[in-house]
Amino acid sequence: MKHLKIIFSVLIMTIAFTACNSKTSKNTSEALAVYQCPMQCEGDKMYRVAGSCPVCNMDLKPVEKASKVLETNEISEASIFNLTSKWHTEEGEEIQLKDLKGKTLVMVMIYTSCKAACPRLVADMRNIEAEIPKENLKDLNFVLISIDPETDTPERLKAFAIENLMDDEQWTFLQGTESGVREFANVLAMKYKQISPIDFSHSNIISVFNTKGELIHQQEGLGVNNKDTVDTILELTQ
Amino acid sequence: MIKNQASRLLFVLLVFQTMLYAQSEGMVSIKGSRYLPLYGRDSTVVAVKDFEMDVYPITNSQYVDFIKKYPKWQKSKVISLFADKGYLVNWKSDTELKDSEKPNSPVTYVSWFAAKDYCECQGKRLPTIDEWEYVAMADKTTKDARVKPEYNAEILAWYEAPRTNENTIGLHPENFWGVHDLHGLVWEWTLDFNSVLISGESRKDVDKDNNLFCGSAAVNATDLMNYAAFMRYAIRGSLKAKYSMKNLGFRCVKDIPNEFNSSF
Repeated sequence: MKHLKIIFSVLIMTIAFTACNSKTSKNTSEALAVYQCPMQCEGDKMYRVAGSCPVCNMDLKPVEKASKVLETNEISEASIFNLTSKWHTEEGEEIQLKDLKGKTLVMVMIYTSCKAACPRLVADMRNIEAEIPKENLKDLNFVLISIDPETDTPERLKAFAIENLMDDEQWTFLQGTESGVREFANVLAMKYKQISPIDFSHSNIISVFNTKGELIHQQEGLGVNNKDTVDTILELTQ
Repeated sequence: MIKNQASRLLFVLLVFQTMLYAQSEGMVSIKGSRYLPLYGRDSTVVAVKDFEMDVYPITNSQYVDFIKKYPKWQKSKVISLFADKGYLVNWKSDTELKDSEKPNSPVTYVSWFAAKDYCECQGKRLPTIDEWEYVAMADKTTKDARVKPEYNAEILAWYEAPRTNENTIGLHPENFWGVHDLHGLVWEWTLDFNSVLISGESRKDVDKDNNLFCGSAAVNATDLMNYAAFMRYAIRGSLKAKYSMKNLGFRCVKDIPNEFNSSF
């Protein structure tokens, strides 16, 4: 009986850890060999000597040196690539935001059934694109994220892309989950509210991220002068 | 004999039915309905489904447990995308509160991301604004006490009291649903707080918020109830998800699976 209990609690712990504890890999002292409980009972706590974990008694494992190589590539604290939500592109691919790493990102949140502001927001995006020299476009990704994931399926987004002549390489459309969208909007400090089954109110914000997913610039409002935004993009894609 | 068997069967059925959907610990079930919030969709009634809500806001000691289990939310480890510098400033270390803080006080200085993850790690979620306001419009005896002057006066008196975040949970009487402390202790995060379209620049960056602050709704707001609710909506409208505030905590809710959901 007692054994069962232990096995059960270990099971629960593993589930809990895999479910919610998305690993926080932080820089740690590199010079010396360090050890860590394989179960991370005490989180990221490191030990200088081999031994066993005071919580679960498992042998401490040396922390792999490989993480050091990764560090140059590591995602910074402020990067949107920390978000683990899943998205579908207009081509039906499933991605996470970190799959967009490596290109300068220009992002906006819209919904395709929108009649009021979105067409103008989309136009603003196209105007920005038009001002970027062709050779810079390969380092750029214009991302349009739907705030209406129920209606805006990948098929619908693809149709919207074709209709608006935004089906080239540099355009990406994303459908998320309701909570993924809400979370991402909060990262952009963007507000939106469904006001009827087909309509949303929302802030009009175009955001520019560098290749590491850090927010560099936000343009607020409709049809505003996009000079700052274009300048930022040019600087980032130099 | 047959009658006896029938009644036994009935008894078993009754017992079994309550077992089918057992209420979660520390939560009460809320019977959903349609109601008119301060800001609805199209400024009309909204529908709230049946759900369960935490009786009390999450306390400091509950948050200590959480943080021990999920170290990524400890204040030295949390990333700046998910929390500002004020996150858990009233803690003396990653896992310990300052001595001045009471374990039984509501946890505050937490960001929306942290609150959301806390609830999700318990298999729950944050309440929507509509759900929160729906439960909060009840007093001790009625589901919708907004028309009663004494209900409004009481809330405003609570709002006026300073430093209530240092109080402990449960000092305010339970409302109709059995929920404590919705008013008068701390403000609470809601899942869709960013659906309140008011900000310093709302005329500029929002395409149509005339059903929110600037337009008719505000002009029509005459009674005190709206004043208290305005304060709540205004605070929600001013928040960003990574903010941590001294008087902002949270509680969780849980959906009731569809087959047990009787309201629609």
